Amino acid sequence: MIDILNAMVVLSNYVLIPAIAYGSQLALGALGVTLIYGILRFSNFAHGDTMAFGAMVTILFTWLFQSWGITLGFLPTALLGIPFGIIATAALLLATDKLVYQFYRRQKADPVILVIVSMGVMFVMNGLVRFIIGPNDQRFSDGERFIISAREFKTLTGLKEGLAFKTTQGITIVTAIILVLVLFWFLNRTRTGKSMRAFSDNEDLALLSGINPDKVVMVTWIIVAGLAATAGALYGLDKSFKPFIFLQLLLPIFASAIVGGLGNPIGAIAGGFVIAFSEVLITYPLKKVLKYLMPEQLEPSGLVQLLSTDYKFAVSFTILIIVLLFRPTGLFKGKSV
Amino acid sequence: MTTSMKNIGLFFVVACLIAGTGFIQSWNTALFILNMGLISAIMSLGVNLQWGFAGLFNVGVVGFVALGGLAAVLVSMPPTTDAWAAGGFQVIVGLIFGAATVIAAIFIQARMVAGKIKVFTTISVLIVGFFIFRYFFDGGVEAVEAVNPAGTGYLGGLNFGGENYKSWGFMAVVSWPVGGVLAAGAAWLIGKTALGLRSDYLAIATLGISEIIIAVVKFEDWLARGVKNVSGLPRPVPYEIDLQESPSFSEWVYSIGGDPVTASSIVVKLSYAGLFTAVLIIILTLAQLALSSPWGRMMRAIRDNEYAAAAMGKNVTARHLQVFVLGSAICGVAGAMMTTLDSQLTPGSYQPLRFTFLIWVMVIVGGSGNNFGAVLGGFLIFFLWVQVEPIGAMLMQAVTAGMAEENAIRLHLLGSVAHMRLLTMGLILILVLRFSPRGLIPEK
Repeated sequence: MIDILNAMVVLSNYVLIPAIAYGSQLALGALGVTLIYGILRFSNFAHGDTMAFGAMVTILFTWLFQSWGITLGFLPTALLGIPFGIIATAALLLATDKLVYQFYRRQKADPVILVIVSMGVMFVMNGLVRFIIGPNDQRFSDGERFIISAREFKTLTGLKEGLAFKTTQGITIVTAIILVLVLFWFLNRTRTGKSMRAFSDNEDLALLSGINPDKVVMVTWIIVAGLAATAGALYGLDKSFKPFIFLQLLLPIFASAIVGGLGNPIGAIAGGFVIAFSEVLITYPLKKVLKYLMPEQLEPSGLVQLLSTDYKFAVSFTILIIVLLFRPTGLFKGKSV
Repeated sequence: MTTSMKNIGLFFVVACLIAGTGFIQSWNTALFILNMGLISAIMSLGVNLQWGFAGLFNVGVVGFVALGGLAAVLVSMPPTTDAWAAGGFQVIVGLIFGAATVIAAIFIQARMVAGKIKVFTTISVLIVGFFIFRYFFDGGVEAVEAVNPAGTGYLGGLNFGGENYKSWGFMAVVSWPVGGVLAAGAAWLIGKTALGLRSDYLAIATLGISEIIIAVVKFEDWLARGVKNVSGLPRPVPYEIDLQESPSFSEWVYSIGGDPVTASSIVVKLSYAGLFTAVLIIILTLAQLALSSPWGRMMRAIRDNEYAAAAMGKNVTARHLQVFVLGSAICGVAGAMMTTLDSQLTPGSYQPLRFTFLIWVMVIVGGSGNNFGAVLGGFLIFFLWVQVEPIGAMLMQAVTAGMAEENAIRLHLLGSVAHMRLLTMGLILILVLRFSPRGLIPEK
């Protein structure tokens, strides 16, 4: 019995909790991608760097507050910086839309042209982030490191294995839940949200019924800015902030959005968790879990790590390919334009 | 002014830019730009084939380039006999089991009647196969990597020149088409799954495969030493040191009043330029012939209206697969050439922003759908890629000239000049797409 408890603790400590935190970050990112796809109808390659930009502004404000001596006690100061990150990102995205995307939208350009344009935007944003904050690792988390540390857990329960729950993980999960609830309330209950969904379902019909497309697009960008900046800041807080990491996050984010069904918000959240759980579970050496569950003579000799962490992209990629082969519209029915 | 006059003029301007680099900076830099420009031109021909001819969006160029680089190592380096004896064959057996597993799974998918039994069989075949694969493969890899890890620690290549493998420089040239074949294989796999679906899916699938290829090249030490790099690849051209030591060469250099050290490196670079030009001309000719052939017309017809082409009986997905594989193969050839030019494989340097996206800028700026445009874009953008940094540095010096020497903003701006490149390239891409979407040399 104790063995099973120990195994569960190990599994939670190394797989469940990190995967839930990572999944929340991916879900927030994928929600942004999926909203842009639904409303603006293109895959936004600049999304990773939008997240980087939001995270960067958050970091700059966090440093400013820290230098003023303003902190949040046991919570990281970055939480105060996030609203400013969102505002700056929204300003950047609205400016980009005005200067770049609007032209192609008016022209009704082919979606693939918009994808290439978003690639150009990605270049500029990436350059901007590196220009302002540099290409290096930045640390900006402060406050209490753990909600419950491994040692506390051990003395509390008397189990052999410890369970650490980092503050950043807790904050990530709570923030993601709040954001998602607000987003769904907005999409399903408010007038603007409903007009957004109508616009996404059938643009012509929505225009006929008097929905203002410019307003829908503007609101979409602002929501995307909120999601992207928060996701970027949370990822940076939980792991670390490096500008190039966000380019690599693009693949799991897209995979989450597609696995769930592009254009479908619920799908994006489900996809984020599918990708995160598979990635963490497959790259984690399961020996520590199995050693509690199996009789001693059957104990595995290797680490039972199915795939080295170097190949974590391969996991999201494989899931993506399987979905593309067997269910191209995703788990939840997405658009198939 | 006729179009052809304008085009010749554009090429002349780029030639002047490169020559100007030679006069103002140094001929070594100019020749570096020329050689890399030739390679970039070949890569953009490949992307142009996919995008310009067929409208396929490939975001995995860097992966195919890296596969080409891998081919250069696997063909032109000598085999590590000790490593082969230690575990090389075990690795191969493991890989064969791995491939057999996948093929068996595909076979089951294709042949068995749909239902629970099919799903169960597929999954059990995959799981059992995976563990057999890991059993052989892991042991082999460990044995191979243990053999002299500081010097080799990998299986080596297929250069059977023995002790003086470096004199078998022609193997480097042999590796170029092999790079193309490797890239074509990867492209076939990815095209087979992602083509025929929506266009963005291909983009995301290519992004994924390139990340995986780069991870393989970086982390599979038994294959090509990973981030420990393989250096000292044989060259198809003479070595600087041999030239400097050759009495007839130094005599000739002194007779024209030069310095043997500089002259030798220039001669080496020029020889590379000759080889690369030959490859470029071959590929360009083939691409031009393809463009004006019935096949090329069919490709453009498919690009402009898939439904109409399909109604005329053209198999759109098969043609897309064909052109996707061809274009990726060209990128692979260029990748192998680049690794030969560097004489080393440095997996850490394969960055998507540097390759994939820069090549796209070249194609769009040069003129998608026009082969000469792609070539021009290759030279011009690579020139800018190299020169933006010094120009940016000068600009920043000018902007910050009024500030105090130790001003933090000034120091930060000067330190960040290196990142001007990405910004400038992105701006160029956006501006060209907005104001001149057909590029410098538009499609006819």
